[in-house]
Amino acid sequence: MSERPLLESSGHSANLTEWEGTVQELRGLVSPRALTGETMLLNMGPQHPSTHGVLRLLLELDGETVVNCVPDIGYLHTGIEKNMEAKTYEQAITMTDRMDYLNPMGNNLVYCLAIEKLAELDVPERAQIVRVLLAELTRINSHLVWLGTHCLDMGAMSVFLYAMREREMILDIFEMVSGQRMMSTYFRPGGLWRDVPAEFIPAVRAFIDYFPAKIEEYETLLVNNPLWIDRTQGIGVITPEEAIAYGCTGPTLRGSGVNWDIRKAMPYMGYETYQFDVPLGEHGDVYDRFYIRMQELKESVRIIRQAVDRLEKTGGPFRSQNRKYVPPPRSELGRSMEAVIHHFKLWTEGFSLPEGEVYVSIESPRGELSCYLSSDGGTRPHRVHFRTPSFVHTMGAIPKMAKDGMIADLVAIIGSVDIVLGDCDR
Amino acid sequence: MQTPLDPVDLAKLSLKDAVLDVVEFRGETTIVVDPQRIVEVCQFFRDTEGLEYIFLSDITAVDYFPKEPRFALCYHLYSMLYTRRLRIKVYLPSDDPRLPSVTSVWPSADWEEREAYDMMGIHFEGHPSLRRILMPADWEGHPQRKDYPLGYEQVQFSFNFDDIDRLKPYAKD
Repeated sequence: MSERPLLESSGHSANLTEWEGTVQELRGLVSPRALTGETMLLNMGPQHPSTHGVLRLLLELDGETVVNCVPDIGYLHTGIEKNMEAKTYEQAITMTDRMDYLNPMGNNLVYCLAIEKLAELDVPERAQIVRVLLAELTRINSHLVWLGTHCLDMGAMSVFLYAMREREMILDIFEMVSGQRMMSTYFRPGGLWRDVPAEFIPAVRAFIDYFPAKIEEYETLLVNNPLWIDRTQGIGVITPEEAIAYGCTGPTLRGSGVNWDIRKAMPYMGYETYQFDVPLGEHGDVYDRFYIRMQELKESVRIIRQAVDRLEKTGGPFRSQNRKYVPPPRSELGRSMEAVIHHFKLWTEGFSLPEGEVYVSIESPRGELSCYLSSDGGTRPHRVHFRTPSFVHTMGAIPKMAKDGMIADLVAIIGSVDIVLGDCDR
Repeated sequence: MQTPLDPVDLAKLSLKDAVLDVVEFRGETTIVVDPQRIVEVCQFFRDTEGLEYIFLSDITAVDYFPKEPRFALCYHLYSMLYTRRLRIKVYLPSDDPRLPSVTSVWPSADWEEREAYDMMGIHFEGHPSLRRILMPADWEGHPQRKDYPLGYEQVQFSFNFDDIDRLKPYAKD
């Protein structure tokens, strides 16, 4: 730690003690003025309440203006992709929950979809409906945390408390189906872990009857609030061309007016059969991204309402009957030797997938969440890679939006992009 | 809107010997290309009318150890206009894996390439700032490689508590 590279001419030595690289590397990232001390280098994070986790931003400031913003990530890197290579396909599902901890069902879903695509495994209709329903509940869950923390960053304390109150109802539903509030691991290759309990439908109905009035409540607090508008409109603007070039997806891209929602463009799990709209912004600023997510809450409720109606009418199995991939139910083990063999094989060795590679993407609350799965024919994944929206947004969108803005607006920008650092670092 | 064109036919016609192989699997098209001509190939797929893969979703590095060529890079492209995907794949040798960077084509390739460098040790020529991104700056080795051990922490029981405690890196009195 003592061998830090220092500047030769220390007339105005910039404070580089926190920088982890060499001055040579810093030269390409910040303007030459920073090295002479004309502009100031400031570390924001990793321990900063408004970075939503452990994100470090190296800021170059000219007064209050951000000249350059260099994100530094990896503080939450847990090697999930590496760990998954050492687990069987089914064991590895538990790791996906822990990537984006606000979107556990979505992470399960994208990984299971990749396995199903590679194995050409069928998913029964009932399971598809429950998956859509829970994926949309997860979207509401994630958006509520985003709304709460975004408002908290901007000084609107009460919205956080309201949002957490409503989120509690969703977590109760997750606990009801999976036994876990956050790390649910409920979706499995070929369907679901178990069927939804009898009290599931009444609980979801109670939630969707209660929740729309609450969205109105948040909107009364924020949408026409002059203080909120002052702090969000015209801040952190990104044009559609830049948004595409920098890899933005989800509400961050739609805030700039680009109509791309994977649920519409490349539907999965039967999303094409549901009626819903894709809200679009036009200015690409913090307010538009905020407004879109508020509208998405309503659209998600709309999808959930259709899904519950369908679920009531749809019986049948909740998991595929393909015994090469899906273990038999407990009741069969006492009667069938074949079931015992399948059970033993699946829980000791695990199933193997045909050799090949697939790429599957879904619309997570934050944007495009994709899973690249490569198999060498064995029982463990050869390579799993997740294209996570937070990673791309942190590295691309935030520096782009922050550049030439005020440092006070940076907090609004980070909040509006909605990053989860677990998702970013994996 | 122009009618969508077949990327495989067009690539074979225009890029000729840069296209090494074409694989169709589970409805996904993979075009294997010459790594040294990746920039030209990417520019072709981005700019040609009827293809317009303007969005780079992801770059994934894969290690096929102990096979040779050992490394592969998958560029996942997406065409917003025609809502379809395409995978461009290049194979690289285990000895000094190196190819030109595509940051000039898509700015979003910047951090994807940094991740591939950090995790697999693949070098991108012409990248503006090829540094580690997820691992600490002074880390040795590339963790995602197949010959890199997963590692583990020994379980501390009462009988071996002191032995293990001695090896731990935290500050002692």
